[in-house]
Amino acid sequence: MDLGLSEEQEMLKKSARDFLQRECPKKLVRQLDESDEGYSSELWRKMAELGWMGLAFPEEYGGSGRNFLDLAILLEEMGYNIVPGPFFSTVVLGGLTILTAGNEEQKMRFLPKIARGEMILSLALTEPTASYDAASVNTKAIARNGEYVIKGTKLFVLNANVADYILCVARTRKTKDPEDGITVFLVDARSPGLKCTLLKTLARDKQCEVVFDDVTVLEKSIVGKRDEGWPIVKAILQKAAVAKCAEMVGGAQAALDRAVNYAKERVQFGRPIGSFQAIQHYCANMAMDVGGSRFVTYKAAWRVSEDLPAALDAAIAKAWVSEAYGRVALSAHQIFGAIGFTMDHDIHLYYRQAKAAEIIFGGADFHRAIVARELGL
Amino acid sequence: MDFTFNEQEEAFRKEVEDFINNELPADWVEKNTYWPAGYGTLAQFEELSPQVEQFTRRLAEKGWLAISWPKEYGGAGLSHTEQAIFHERMSYYRAPAGEVATLIGGPTVMLFGSEEMKKEWLPKIARGEIRFWLAYSEPNAGSDLSSIQTRAIEDGDDLIINGQKIWGTAAHVSHYAWMAVRTDPMAPPHKGISLVIVDNTSPGVTIRPLMNICGFHSFNEVFFDNVRVPKRNVIGEMNKGWYYLMVALDFERLVIPIGSFRRTFEEIVQYARETKHNGQVLSRQLLIRNKLVNIAIQIEIAYMFFWRTAWMLDRGLVPNIEASLLKLFTTELSQKLANTGMQVMGHYGQLESTSKWSSLQGRVCLGYLDCISALVGAGTSEIQRNIIAMRGLGLPPK
Amino acid sequence: MDFKFTEDEEAFRRKVHQWLKHEIPQRWTELDPGIWEETEESWALAREFQRKLGQKGWIAPAYPKEYGGLELSHMKRLILSEELAYNRTPMSIEEEITVNWVGPSIMLFGTEKQKKEYLTRIARGDVIFCLGYSEPNAGSDLASLQTRAVEVGDEYVINGQKTWCSYGHLADYCWLAARTDPDAPRHEGISIFIVDMKTPGITVRPLINILNRHSFNEVFFDDVHIPRENLVGQKNKGWYQLVIALDLERSSIGYAAGNQRIIEELIKYVKETTRNGEPLANDCLTRNELAQLVVENEVARMMAYRIAWMFSKGLHPSYESSMSMVFVSEVMRRTANAGMRILGHYGELDRDSKWSVMNSRIMRMCLSSLSIGVGGGSNEIQRNIIAIRGLGLPRR
Repeated sequence: MDLGLSEEQEMLKKSARDFLQRECPKKLVRQLDESDEGYSSELWRKMAELGWMGLAFPEEYGGSGRNFLDLAILLEEMGYNIVPGPFFSTVVLGGLTILTAGNEEQKMRFLPKIARGEMILSLALTEPTASYDAASVNTKAIARNGEYVIKGTKLFVLNANVADYILCVARTRKTKDPEDGITVFLVDARSPGLKCTLLKTLARDKQCEVVFDDVTVLEKSIVGKRDEGWPIVKAILQKAAVAKCAEMVGGAQAALDRAVNYAKERVQFGRPIGSFQAIQHYCANMAMDVGGSRFVTYKAAWRVSEDLPAALDAAIAKAWVSEAYGRVALSAHQIFGAIGFTMDHDIHLYYRQAKAAEIIFGGADFHRAIVARELGL
Repeated sequence: MDFTFNEQEEAFRKEVEDFINNELPADWVEKNTYWPAGYGTLAQFEELSPQVEQFTRRLAEKGWLAISWPKEYGGAGLSHTEQAIFHERMSYYRAPAGEVATLIGGPTVMLFGSEEMKKEWLPKIARGEIRFWLAYSEPNAGSDLSSIQTRAIEDGDDLIINGQKIWGTAAHVSHYAWMAVRTDPMAPPHKGISLVIVDNTSPGVTIRPLMNICGFHSFNEVFFDNVRVPKRNVIGEMNKGWYYLMVALDFERLVIPIGSFRRTFEEIVQYARETKHNGQVLSRQLLIRNKLVNIAIQIEIAYMFFWRTAWMLDRGLVPNIEASLLKLFTTELSQKLANTGMQVMGHYGQLESTSKWSSLQGRVCLGYLDCISALVGAGTSEIQRNIIAMRGLGLPPK
Repeated sequence: MDFKFTEDEEAFRRKVHQWLKHEIPQRWTELDPGIWEETEESWALAREFQRKLGQKGWIAPAYPKEYGGLELSHMKRLILSEELAYNRTPMSIEEEITVNWVGPSIMLFGTEKQKKEYLTRIARGDVIFCLGYSEPNAGSDLASLQTRAVEVGDEYVINGQKTWCSYGHLADYCWLAARTDPDAPRHEGISIFIVDMKTPGITVRPLINILNRHSFNEVFFDDVHIPRENLVGQKNKGWYQLVIALDLERSSIGYAAGNQRIIEELIKYVKETTRNGEPLANDCLTRNELAQLVVENEVARMMAYRIAWMFSKGLHPSYESSMSMVFVSEVMRRTANAGMRILGHYGELDRDSKWSVMNSRIMRMCLSSLSIGVGGGSNEIQRNIIAIRGLGLPRR
């Protein structure tokens, strides 16, 4: 057992923290939050040059051959700093899916481009039911002359507004088993009939409505096998949940660090407010939440990385971290008091991020249901 | 014990309800993005004038801006329970029903102001002609309010004020500052403070907006640069301001928009009843029902805290820790309500009102942000707990 | 990072597990004493079993071989603790204190003679210490203790009163903190002594605990003469020794493993129990609640693992141990409460009822878990430690 980071991982972590502090100040974060694109092409290019996009891809696809655990470390730092942009959807939702489920041709076509920062991906899974079960996939893809015609509405699709390609989860066959008959397509975002509308959300995280109005795709755009796409989706969701946890751990750590620093500096009643037991106990609780979150997250990330069954650990992590981050962000606000309620202050960025991250890929109840199932209940 | 309202009270409730149905614009309840106990969207009321102006005038005509005040000062001379009934109904419809002058300043002047002062200010307040804003906090005096530094120096019949206030909610749309100033810097902190009413239009007053996290301009920083105020605007005695302030804070903590909790909750319940997920309405899902019921129970409790304070006032008792309990319980409920709304709505909860996919006018999304202000304003939850522990339970301060 | 145990460690776990499965006496399982439920019979059974465990070297596996230990790796010790707790091994709560506080303190501060005299016997399971720390007016504020020890010739004479002394009526020795210099600042005049509980002048009075059992005691010292050589470490430096001892490897893994077992039993119960023809396990709220317990216990376990891992890396946990203790104690309380909700009326029944379920374990835990998070530094004190030592918040 080894619960620490290797020297290489420590370096990755430190260099990511330094880089983001320098290159992604909160001023830029706010600017990007308010923009329509939601990302900076300059920052995107620099991240690609550092090899971040291809971090977890094998070298033959233009990556650096590191693993999911390393990616989690990077995501923790991105959560710590808050980095708006399509990194998560491109790398975790898109890239890793193509890497694990795509054919050789697809891998060669997409992964090197992703690694070079030349391609942005998005995953269109959820629909107006806004949930992550197979029965909710009602967008249809109908076979016609060796092509497929996709029709339906996808909702809460991350970063589709700037995506070059969209992984669309569609129903190609309807049987009694909702998990049967689902197919994953790689769709050119500029295809005729595809319409993307940006949604204005709490965290300004560029979620979209994507309408597929008879969008035609070729058979070769299928990722994996026709009608057998649900296991692919399940695998994406599992990785995405863990990766999101890593991001949340970083965000929670940042909220804690900021609150602690403020508690040391802010003087009321002639002493730093951090010397009051009420504030100390808030901070102690936050530290426990952050610490605990980090362990369950990295345990799940390690299992994913090692290709061990990770359904239980991923669900444990998402169930715990979703709520823990919410508590941490709220306590941080309480410590900052009124100043934290102003737009100019940064802490609300974390409070917003916490809620968005809790909701996406299923909240605590959703994941507790998985835990219960995994325990044979 | 009797948990029912008497006939007169029931009749009054009906009268209020009818009044609201007749006078409040039909789309008001929906348009208004107010979150229970939040400060974040408060100034919206004023931006929505002249509707507000007209409604307020009608309220003043009925004497309802000062329900429990004696008639000689422009009040309606009704009981505190009736006042509570009024506020419950008004807040249920998110209707504007008073502000700092009517709810905090007026009652404090009534208790501590000279007869002359009462005659000068109370009728104007009751008529809804003037609005106050609270000028308490300073950059270095938040929870530790007695450390305020804004100075007022006597100069003949005037005070000359220099300093800075912060978090002045709605200062930019009010007429007067209800202000705490230091008048004796040599005395111990609590013994050198006075309360004074300062005209916003006085030379030397500069108001700067602070944007809050809901994206609204509700707060202000206000600078006072040699601002001259007549001494007769001082409440009660000089240097006794801290004591008056404590009472004024209790009044502030009693101003809980209790009805808005029920209203917002009902809207979330309605959403859960109407929204289907894979063929089943959300309200049938056990986990969702459980969360909603938890909130329903706490709203019931909050109501009891609320009625109790009115009951006490009618018996000549002064709610003090009861005000803190009411404030603490309801503001924490405000936060739980927002979180529960988010859990019920899931992804949809994040959408702002502008989206065609949004529900409940994006109220829950905004409420998730606004509830933070409830936990901090008018004394943080920590300060309320200190008050309850020390004043209420007799625990030693040190 | 690597979250798995090595093959060797797994083999060790299997070995311990098998051994315990065969060796735990039937009578012990019948008595099934939980925390603070020891009787004289169970105490005797535990002592007997501990000697067996001692022969395997599994009481104090960390100790140097010359003192009866195995010098076992931190990870194997973690595994051992986990298995002992999970399998409800006959042992008393004082065992933990004797092995993990008293022994290591003697090792750090004791004389060669003290080491020889006590360590081997501790490791063999021959002696049990009780703690003489708390006094009626010195609880969380331990440094205000008033029990006096006065040096007279070759002896110390002790006068005063200790309280909450767990199993003081059964222990062989008391690990006593007493004031040796009343004029020095509070922290400067305290010393640590080993006191034979059979010494004349010691009166032990029972305090009946919330489970209606005799576990705690008031202990009165009335002119108790002990040899001067029973002073441990330096005179007047006891406070510092005591604080260091609090930081010694005190793992919460036992609690997490014990709680794990309870959660598993609850899961089994809801799977096997039907209400109105419907298995309890199908109830959505019950599932949600049990899943949350599993999640929390996993967090608790990882926190405990971290402590062992830090030691194995030569790092010294301080606030990390506090975190781990606070967290697991609160998870235990939540487990007990959730268990009560799940069992409903059945949860209220005492063991003697034919209707009782899970041997009334949940009800007993509801009561006993109140002590976890109070004894050995309350959760409030632990949170102060996390805030001040861990996060660097100012004391004042």
